[in-house]
Amino acid sequence: MMEGVEDPARWQRGGDQFGPWGHRHRGPFWLRRRGDGGPLRRDQADRLVGGVASGVAAWRGINVTTVRIVFVLIALVSGGFFVPFYVVGWLLIPAAGEDTNIASRARSDSAGIALAAGLATLLALVLLVGGVFNDGWFAGWAWPQTVTVAGLALIWRNASPDEQATLRRLVEPLSAAGVGPGRGRPGRRSVIRVALAGLLVVVGAGWLASAKESLALLRPLGGVVLVIAGIVVLLGPWWLRIARDLVLERQAKVRAEERADISAQVHDSVLQTLALIQRRADDPQKVVWLARMQERELRSWLFEGRAPGEAEADVTFAGGVRQIQQDVEARYGVPVEAVTVGDCELDENLNALMAAAREATVNAAKWSGAGVISLFAEVEPDSVSIVVRDRGKGFDPSSVPADRKGLAESVHGRMVRRGGTADVVSAEGEGTKVTLRMARPAAAPARSGGAS
Amino acid sequence: MSGTPRVVLVDDHGLFRSGVRSELGRQVEVIGEADDVQPAIDLIASVQPDVVLLDVHLPGGGGQAVIQAIKPVCPSVRFLALSASDAPEDVIAVIRAGARGYVTKTISTAELADAIKRVAAGDAVFSHRLAGFVLDAFASGSSGSSGSDVKPSFDPELDQLTSREREVLRLIAQGYTYKEIARELYISVKTVESHVSSVLRKLQLSSRHQLTRWATERRLA
Repeated sequence: MMEGVEDPARWQRGGDQFGPWGHRHRGPFWLRRRGDGGPLRRDQADRLVGGVASGVAAWRGINVTTVRIVFVLIALVSGGFFVPFYVVGWLLIPAAGEDTNIASRARSDSAGIALAAGLATLLALVLLVGGVFNDGWFAGWAWPQTVTVAGLALIWRNASPDEQATLRRLVEPLSAAGVGPGRGRPGRRSVIRVALAGLLVVVGAGWLASAKESLALLRPLGGVVLVIAGIVVLLGPWWLRIARDLVLERQAKVRAEERADISAQVHDSVLQTLALIQRRADDPQKVVWLARMQERELRSWLFEGRAPGEAEADVTFAGGVRQIQQDVEARYGVPVEAVTVGDCELDENLNALMAAAREATVNAAKWSGAGVISLFAEVEPDSVSIVVRDRGKGFDPSSVPADRKGLAESVHGRMVRRGGTADVVSAEGEGTKVTLRMARPAAAPARSGGAS
Repeated sequence: MSGTPRVVLVDDHGLFRSGVRSELGRQVEVIGEADDVQPAIDLIASVQPDVVLLDVHLPGGGGQAVIQAIKPVCPSVRFLALSASDAPEDVIAVIRAGARGYVTKTISTAELADAIKRVAAGDAVFSHRLAGFVLDAFASGSSGSSGSDVKPSFDPELDQLTSREREVLRLIAQGYTYKEIARELYISVKTVESHVSSVLRKLQLSSRHQLTRWATERRLA
């Protein structure tokens, strides 16, 4: 913590200390620091108490849990003396995203200092008056209290809203003990609870006091148990609430992150495309093309959880059809309506079917002049078929010109070589329909889930 | 059904409503618009249109909430679902609630007007994508979405598509119009319509495939 003011460039240099085996913590001690390349900051987002441990962890590049365990161990070994150090750390280390720490803010907060001084004198007066009736008590008890209250007031004023919430939770039971979990309405149950707790504590304390004189071995234990039970009854609901609030806080954070993710996506792709569409408003085909690209991208992100540009992990039959659709739309600007029924893994035969289907689709996009091409793919238990259809100008199959052998050779040839069939139906002015079919080995199970 | 169908538009996008309204022009008579579930229910109950063009996604509970509220009150009102999402569970849910058809928002104006007239006449309208979903859901060989815990149906008729129905659905999925399907299969347009209506009935009533669950899982797949 003492080294928090070092030259930031040094942290960055330290950031590259990955050894040849990928270990981070190689090399001399001073180079071992990796961290986040920044000065020491308390991490408000990932905190259990004040965020000191997570701040140190991020700064030194150590696991947060390790730091927390070390902190707790030190606290235990030092018999609690470490706790004030933690508090001082909390006061002196600025929170992430802030430049000043609480202590320095408090120092420059003259109004706050005045308030604290005022509070302290007022309290001192009250306690002094009280002390008159109870000699000797004031000196032992009241001074620390006065100082504490004044200090807390100063800290409170200079803590960020987040930390004020934390502090509020810490002092809450004092004010809320009588109210109970159902905030605001002191129901019967909470009255009973407080009464029961009071009774337990009083009986336990009385037992403890009396046990002191009798010195019986077992009885103080009973007193301790009663006092603990009383405290649990009194404060248990509050502890539970803290735990629940923590969980809720985490969930809210996750939701906020999701939201940020979504808005980033919408901004990155959708808004950009909308801007492009506005600029291309005079070119209807381009507008349609842009809109479809964006639609497909957004759909695969929304419904399949795939980020734009992210390739599909393992391409199945349905994924292959989707790729044909995308490639043809992107290259020829003709919309392709793809419907897939069922899905299965690709094998050699199906790869040939895919290649033939791609060829047929490209052919339709290049020659038919149709406004849209329909691509229908179906996986059945014993066969897989793809139908590529357009409503374009079509052709007379008997009079195919020599330069348009693409369909016959690459589509028909591909299919027949692998034992499939290719059927081309076309007539002038009535579009073209290419039906490709490939038998499947009976063992391969069909997989549902492919309509895209 | 005589003359132009009387239509109510229910969509939470004002831009889309005004677009559809101006495009449909004189082909149908748009007699009202609503932007949410409750206003839609009130409007439909009071004006009793022939067809409601219903967005699947509405802020106050989705399209099926409108259908469920209107069905008992005005059984003669027919619904054509319209969606930009194409997510199978949305589509299947709104069809099973009682919509007579489903089309995507990218549909051309002429096709939309045609679909509205068809629904007004009591026919069913399937988009090519919905046809694909139905084929997938009723796929032969696979029983149910994930197999094991499928309840036996009281009416096995409802759980299977006839081979003719499958052929019709395949052609719809390939973008064929009813007229083209009729020519391709050497049957009349009326027969095509009755096949599609029968598929719609199976889609709405079948229990074997637990379609809603299928659709939800389908999206996660």
